[in-house]
Amino acid sequence: MQLEKIQMFEANNLNVWFGAGADRFHAVKKASFSISQGESFGLVGESGSGKSTILKAITGLAENWTGRLTVDGEDLGQKRDRDFYSKVQMVFQDPYASLHPRHTVDRCLSEPLRMRNASNIDARINQSLLEVGLDPTYRFRYPHQLSGGQRQRVAIARTLIQDAKFLLLDEPTSALDVSVQAEILNLLNDIKKQKGLTYLLVSHDLAVVSHMCDRIAIMQSGKIVETIDKKMLQTATTKTDYAAALISASYGFKREIV
Amino acid sequence: MTALLTVEDLWVRFQTRNRLVEAVRGISFSVGRERIGIVGESGSGKSMTGRAILGLVQQPGIIQAKRIDFKGRDLTALSNRELRAIRGQHISMIMQDPKYSLNPVIKVGDQIAESFRLHHRSSRTDAKAKTLEMLKEVQIADPERVFNTYPHELSGGMGQRVMIAMMLIPDPEILIADEPTSALDVTVQKRVLEIMDKLVTDRGMGLIFISHDLNLVSSFCDRILIMYGGRIIETCLAKDLHKTTHPYTRGLLNSLPSLQNPTEKLHILNRDPRWKEEPSVNAIREDTNV
Repeated sequence: MQLEKIQMFEANNLNVWFGAGADRFHAVKKASFSISQGESFGLVGESGSGKSTILKAITGLAENWTGRLTVDGEDLGQKRDRDFYSKVQMVFQDPYASLHPRHTVDRCLSEPLRMRNASNIDARINQSLLEVGLDPTYRFRYPHQLSGGQRQRVAIARTLIQDAKFLLLDEPTSALDVSVQAEILNLLNDIKKQKGLTYLLVSHDLAVVSHMCDRIAIMQSGKIVETIDKKMLQTATTKTDYAAALISASYGFKREIV
Repeated sequence: MTALLTVEDLWVRFQTRNRLVEAVRGISFSVGRERIGIVGESGSGKSMTGRAILGLVQQPGIIQAKRIDFKGRDLTALSNRELRAIRGQHISMIMQDPKYSLNPVIKVGDQIAESFRLHHRSSRTDAKAKTLEMLKEVQIADPERVFNTYPHELSGGMGQRVMIAMMLIPDPEILIADEPTSALDVTVQKRVLEIMDKLVTDRGMGLIFISHDLNLVSSFCDRILIMYGGRIIETCLAKDLHKTTHPYTRGLLNSLPSLQNPTEKLHILNRDPRWKEEPSVNAIREDTNV
């Protein structure tokens, strides 16, 4: 008897529009995919493909959408409630823009807990700093006193401290140096294993996606063109021309031999 | 092949209220009719090096060098007026995001034509003809239409091609490209690099390609300079990148996720504080026969 995989997330026929009237833009077209619990799913595409828009729709930041979005068995409506945000959290691309510049790390991490009247806040902050590899001496620093990699660690700690189970990662390492990226990606993989988290990772970087994800949806102009798994990406055994072009371009430039 | 540009013992310092920041700490290198890649992470000094060559470092930055020799002339000894005659005409620069380098309120064609007329005496009609020709060279299919567009109407890739057109129309001998494709999508990057490749080869130009992308630079350039902490920490021929020995370069190469060589955990670079104290590697090549 095969165990039924628990679905953490499902998108069914998702359409998202921006603007109105003549300026209306169809950003996401009939997107359907699902993510099982504990899985790491990648959304890959170039700018304008609609990948970040899907994240916006999930977090309730897209006003005009149709279709079905289901998180942990519950369908999402227009609004999101507190329960949703305790389950689903996001890590953003720009580490310099996603932390409040006038809040210390301590305030950044304690605020969501105080909002829920949580107990044991002090211990939980120390615990989450440990989990992301940040020295407790950083607890009372301001964002401008942290490096890009350290800020991303704080952003990740912020999701963990709320016991989020489903993390939306929007290009989490694009703004970081290569060596720092390696640390953050390793960290994300470690905590995913330790805590049984589910990831939806949006990226334009195929190498990052192939390292992090089990399955990947390739998007172009709002549509999911192909859904593949890690092995297919690594061996370039994809079906569509666009997927092949993307993989070929990511291998870098090939000089014409004169 | 003699060098077009020789930089010797270049320093770029910023004296702020609290401390002295040394962005570039005594580097030496040469560029002939070849492609040099300058690779480094943020803070390595690679962008400052490109700007220092053209004297484009903002206050309170100070550029000092034993010499910055361009075809027999020492750029450090030139007045601002004389430097202006070199910039654009002989040594040109493309930056990362065309959004910030193009004037948003002037039509793209007029900006390119202006770039031409600044360095050549010509009529408006001749400049326009030259501009259309240049737009064709960067493989823009409809040059007349694009001539009349504004920068915000162009995609990233088109914008960068317009920048290349603008910077190459005066026919410079050296092009400095500072992360020219970093803001572009991967398939667009490929197309823009192909255009740059053809133009640089056809015109016999020298190219300084500044990037954080080690793999890209190794596939596009002839020689690579790896910068760390304001110094050149290693230099090699592009084809010998895999043979490099410095732990920083090896660390950078190994910490990249790879489609072809997947690993369970990515290699972490352990920065040795002694690397910052090592002397800069001299990358002046008398014989640039690659």
